[in-house]
Amino acid sequence: MLGWLDANTATLLNGLALASVLFVIAVGLSLVFGTMDVLNLAHGAVSLVGAYVGVGLLGVQGSIGLFVAAVLLAAAIGLVLGTVLAAMTTSVTGHLRQALLTLGVALIVAELVTEVFGNDVQRVRAPIGLDGSVSVLGNPYPVYRLVMVAVGIVVAVGLYVVLERTRLGATVRATVADRDMVEAVGIRTTFVLGGVFAGGAALAAVGGLLAAPVLGAQPGLEDTILLLALVVVVIGGLGSLRGALLGAVLVGQVQVLGVALLPEIASFLLFGAMGLVLLLRPAGLLPAVGAK
Amino acid sequence: MSADVDSVVATSQSRRGRRPAPRVVLVAGVVLVLAALPLLLAAYPIGLAGRILAFGLLVVSVDLLTGVTGLPTLGQVAYFGTGAYTAGLVGIHLTSNAPVQLLLGTAAAMVVALVTGAVAVRTSGIVFLMVTLAIGELAHQAVDSIPAVGGSNGLAGIPPITVLPGGEPLLLTGFVYWWVLVVFLLGAGVAFAVAASPLGRSMRGVRDGEARLRALGQETYPTKLAAYVVAGAIAGAAGTAWVALARFVSPGDLAFDVSAFALLAVVLGGAGTLWGPVLGAAVVIGARDELATYVGGRGSLLLGVIFVLAVYLLPRGIAGVRRPARLRAGGSR
Repeated sequence: MLGWLDANTATLLNGLALASVLFVIAVGLSLVFGTMDVLNLAHGAVSLVGAYVGVGLLGVQGSIGLFVAAVLLAAAIGLVLGTVLAAMTTSVTGHLRQALLTLGVALIVAELVTEVFGNDVQRVRAPIGLDGSVSVLGNPYPVYRLVMVAVGIVVAVGLYVVLERTRLGATVRATVADRDMVEAVGIRTTFVLGGVFAGGAALAAVGGLLAAPVLGAQPGLEDTILLLALVVVVIGGLGSLRGALLGAVLVGQVQVLGVALLPEIASFLLFGAMGLVLLLRPAGLLPAVGAK
Repeated sequence: MSADVDSVVATSQSRRGRRPAPRVVLVAGVVLVLAALPLLLAAYPIGLAGRILAFGLLVVSVDLLTGVTGLPTLGQVAYFGTGAYTAGLVGIHLTSNAPVQLLLGTAAAMVVALVTGAVAVRTSGIVFLMVTLAIGELAHQAVDSIPAVGGSNGLAGIPPITVLPGGEPLLLTGFVYWWVLVVFLLGAGVAFAVAASPLGRSMRGVRDGEARLRALGQETYPTKLAAYVVAGAIAGAAGTAWVALARFVSPGDLAFDVSAFALLAVVLGGAGTLWGPVLGAAVVIGARDELATYVGGRGSLLLGVIFVLAVYLLPRGIAGVRRPARLRAGGSR
């Protein structure tokens, strides 16, 4: 066991690093579906914009300060995109028409990004100071990926505290459970919903930027990210924070560990696992309390 | 029992009403124009029209599930691909006879749809959408990793089809187009016949009130599975037509964006009407592949703008444009 752990430490950590960015990206998708009942297919495109903020601002490599600035800029752009998307979707009923609208927006955003940055794969390197490696259980491991794991944990804990321990979070959770009742006690759910949409999109953009040093930035990345995020939220349970976390960890490990241990069937593992979970537990592994 | 079903779907029935005579004339006219296209147009636009018909038939199968039965799907590419790969393999190894390819491709797609659908139709709504997405993606990965069907390079070297046993291979696009048109009319005919049959009523019953049907003692699982198998067969037939035209099939034909565009073509055209989604398919293929040249190769930008505008300007899709009042009357239940 210890020998196996030693041999696969790097793989397990890679899985956790992927899980971190997946969680940061997918949690917004999950909460937006939970609160607004909107399946936002433009979510992957927002992450793509975040990744290209990294390309545009950092070039190939920047300092830590510049990286932080890029994170803030990505978050700001995400907020704006999320607010616009929230405003666009409020009057659109039905999942299919929402899908048409948000995928249309995704096509436009991705095409405009391609227009600016071209079709090539763009490299973003970890910021200066975080691009080295440290020794983990005797094996060298890139610092930046540990930072990704740390950011994922910070975001998860932060969201948990906000959602479970504050009045604002209670309002959001109540909106997931019963929107009409929240409206009935005199809270404008439109603002709650818009806020969740904007916050979720900001996280998606930041997630795309954080992932850029590992996944790069290229047209088509938005589809990959959207599919992975969809798998994460349906495995975990739509609208559920803990579900998104569990889903992200599972998907991260399936993607990375699966390729390392079972290379022949690795490409089937992800969607096979999702199909299995959905057939056994249609509401996901950790569904939101009170969600339909 | 069927009286119960009727009461549940009474609204959908009254929406359909009796078919007036001009409808027959309209259909005959459209078929005539489609059949006459090879006499009027050059080879390239004919190829485009053929692609629209083949993709349109796939979209019809998506609408049979999504619009008529209320089961939004992203998985029809699996059966489209089954039909396409079967037809391609039959063409390479067995015979270039197109009717044989159509039969075997459709049968293979039906079998795959029966096996996968038996599991998938136990769910509904978003969960069904995601299960079918998984089916589509698994099929995509499968053909991508099997060397016998060309892996990620795709299946090339498919000989041109023949229609009669021992007949001449069809090399001219116009002749292949006629075969694609025949497949399209057969598939669309089956779709319309099923939608008008008692099975179709039960399918609309599932869409409009599955819980009610269950409360009336009606099993919905057989209805959903039957709809799934029929839709799978039609998608398989569309796949054989696609291969007859392109003489090439690759994992890219089963990719996520094909499923997504097929579903969006249904919404764009008007879900549940079966004919509207064919127009939606024409818009999608036309905008992505053809009009793109007029906007500097930005086909997906154009498509995105069309999707966004359609959501606000055509709330019931292209098919809803000419009869909004009647639909509104039918919708107030």
